[in-house]
Amino acid sequence: MAQPVDLVLVLVLLANFLILGTGWMRVCIRAAAFQGVLLSLLPLLSPGEMVWRVIVMAAGAAIVKGILIPSLLVKAMRDVHIRHEVEPYVGFIPSLFLCALGTGFAILFSGRLPLAAEHVGTLLVPAALSTLLSGFLVLITRKFAITQVVGYLVLENGIFVFGLLLIEAMPFMVEVGVLLDLFVGIFIMGIVLNHIQREFSAPEIELLADEEE
Amino acid sequence: MMLELLIGLPIVAAAVAFLCPSDRLRPWLLPAAGLAHLGTLGASAYAGQPAAPRVWLGFDALGTLLLGIVSLLFLLCGLYAPRYLALRAERPNRIFCTCYLLFLAAASVVLLSRHLGLLWVAVEALTLVTAPLVYFNRNSRSIAATWNYLMISSVGIALALLGSLFLAYSAHIGGSGTSLLFDDLALNAGGFAKPWLRAAFVLLLLGYGTKMGLAPLHTWKPEAYGEAPGIVGAILAGGVTSCAFAALLRVYRVINIAGEGPFARKLLVFMGLLSMAWAAAFMVRQRDFKKLLAYSSIEHMGILVLGIGIGGAGVWGAILHAINNGLTKGAMFLTAGNIHRAYGAKTTGEVRGALRRVPVSAGVFLAAFFAITGSPPFGPFVSQFTVLNAAIGGGHGRAAAVFLILLGIVFFGMGATVLSILQGTPSVEAEATSFRDEVANVAPAIAAILIVLVLGIWIPDPLGDLIDQAAAGLEVRP
Repeated sequence: MAQPVDLVLVLVLLANFLILGTGWMRVCIRAAAFQGVLLSLLPLLSPGEMVWRVIVMAAGAAIVKGILIPSLLVKAMRDVHIRHEVEPYVGFIPSLFLCALGTGFAILFSGRLPLAAEHVGTLLVPAALSTLLSGFLVLITRKFAITQVVGYLVLENGIFVFGLLLIEAMPFMVEVGVLLDLFVGIFIMGIVLNHIQREFSAPEIELLADEEE
Repeated sequence: MMLELLIGLPIVAAAVAFLCPSDRLRPWLLPAAGLAHLGTLGASAYAGQPAAPRVWLGFDALGTLLLGIVSLLFLLCGLYAPRYLALRAERPNRIFCTCYLLFLAAASVVLLSRHLGLLWVAVEALTLVTAPLVYFNRNSRSIAATWNYLMISSVGIALALLGSLFLAYSAHIGGSGTSLLFDDLALNAGGFAKPWLRAAFVLLLLGYGTKMGLAPLHTWKPEAYGEAPGIVGAILAGGVTSCAFAALLRVYRVINIAGEGPFARKLLVFMGLLSMAWAAAFMVRQRDFKKLLAYSSIEHMGILVLGIGIGGAGVWGAILHAINNGLTKGAMFLTAGNIHRAYGAKTTGEVRGALRRVPVSAGVFLAAFFAITGSPPFGPFVSQFTVLNAAIGGGHGRAAAVFLILLGIVFFGMGATVLSILQGTPSVEAEATSFRDEVANVAPAIAAILIVLVLGIWIPDPLGDLIDQAAAGLEVRP
């Protein structure tokens, strides 16, 4: 039963490496969107009743993570006329190495945590922790505001994976968390990006930092 | 009914503010809503609302107490708002007033929330409605500050969500039902899975700690407080931080009952001292006086969690300190905003002789400086002394020594900047600006500092009882 879920989770982990390894911002955004759509499939693969709220949540998450946010980011990128390369503070190879290290650590660490019977032997916890760490890496090692939003999205994806552990017991927490954060958080970030674009030639965090004395 | 009013009133006022076409009339909604909110809260506290079990929203001692302070601070800032916004007539204030009122609604939900998930949603809402306030000046520095505020807060909020999920999972595999009401969590806490619970506390401490501004996740604070208008800094430093502190305390109570209190307290003491030390390091030779206040806020957030970490009387001291700090910061930010207006600058090089240029604002600022650094007879002296006493009495000798040294460094570091602003002769350009001390500009800050002064000398019985109850709720031993 757990096998299709684990297959999807392996793809999610691969997407982490793609996001950290690519030099193209567009690929970065697409990979995060792909990861989001993959994740929104997961509730449908979980054992248990296929209730309408699970389906609605999966569809909602897929639309927001897969279409709405990526197109918002691509639009911001196009409007601002910035170069389309990712500029990392930490190089691609060290980033990938750190991601691999994080994934290994996540697998080791989650082996030590007690799990409910139905979650023993799945990749859910390691995948969640590893995706979370990748999100952090993108957030702190990439230069542009848009890439930071991608990092935040990946971080959110990690939390979403963890939420799947609770989707049957406490669906409310998962739904509220995911939807509110995505809709409002990213929407507002989109507005701010838009304003940054009016104030600066490029939404570059480095540029913003230069304003400090 | 009272609960619905406390949350509904500011939402309705926000809607009216949004629809109101006049930039001149709209700001008057702030004091009106503040007065109605504080009145409603006072009436419900006086009537003694029974603590209904198993509700999502309800009164308890901690929530009532901190909401009282937020509501009072909001009223004072609301009274300051019409005159301030009239001075800034070049800026449309529709979004500002709407978000300012929504802040009160979100803060009410945070402080009255009795449910782990709802609490998180409310803190998230609080972040989102305060972001446009930071952006009021609409220049490149304020947008950078807003971006950092949103980005770092969102990461913090994400960590808090993960922590909440960990806590829920810990309850789930502990086999104690699916309720996430704090009452039920506290009831079943004994059976929770310990590794998840510990991880949950670390994440929630980092998450809500980001919102409070605990080091090392405080980096949004100096910029946001530095760029936001003083009237916004006042509710960020006095209101938003109190809400995040309350959120942390709600979670801490569950962890404590589960028997992980010693683990949590060690972390709290460490985070508290780290925040104080970090803030102290940046306060020495700080030239920007609004950033100085931001670091002071970080320092006092450190004192709050330090008090909780020490336990015993320290908890009582920390809760009292949340009240004192909120009101003193209110007075400081409002007067700092006045000084900023009078000079059009906020660094020590450009601002000199404020005591001559705006004597009342500068006088209140000076009094608030003495208050916040723990000088008698002001309130913070009592609360900081209580925390120090609890540290010495509770066997935290080393923490107490570090605490005292850091307080000393902060006093001299902050004092140097404050005095160089206040003393001397104002420059010719500063005399030329149109800003003057007026009743509407200074009365709210004077009221705040007078309350802080009274709290240093006398704590009214009803207030003392509430603090006792709130502290007792956190001191539950397994």
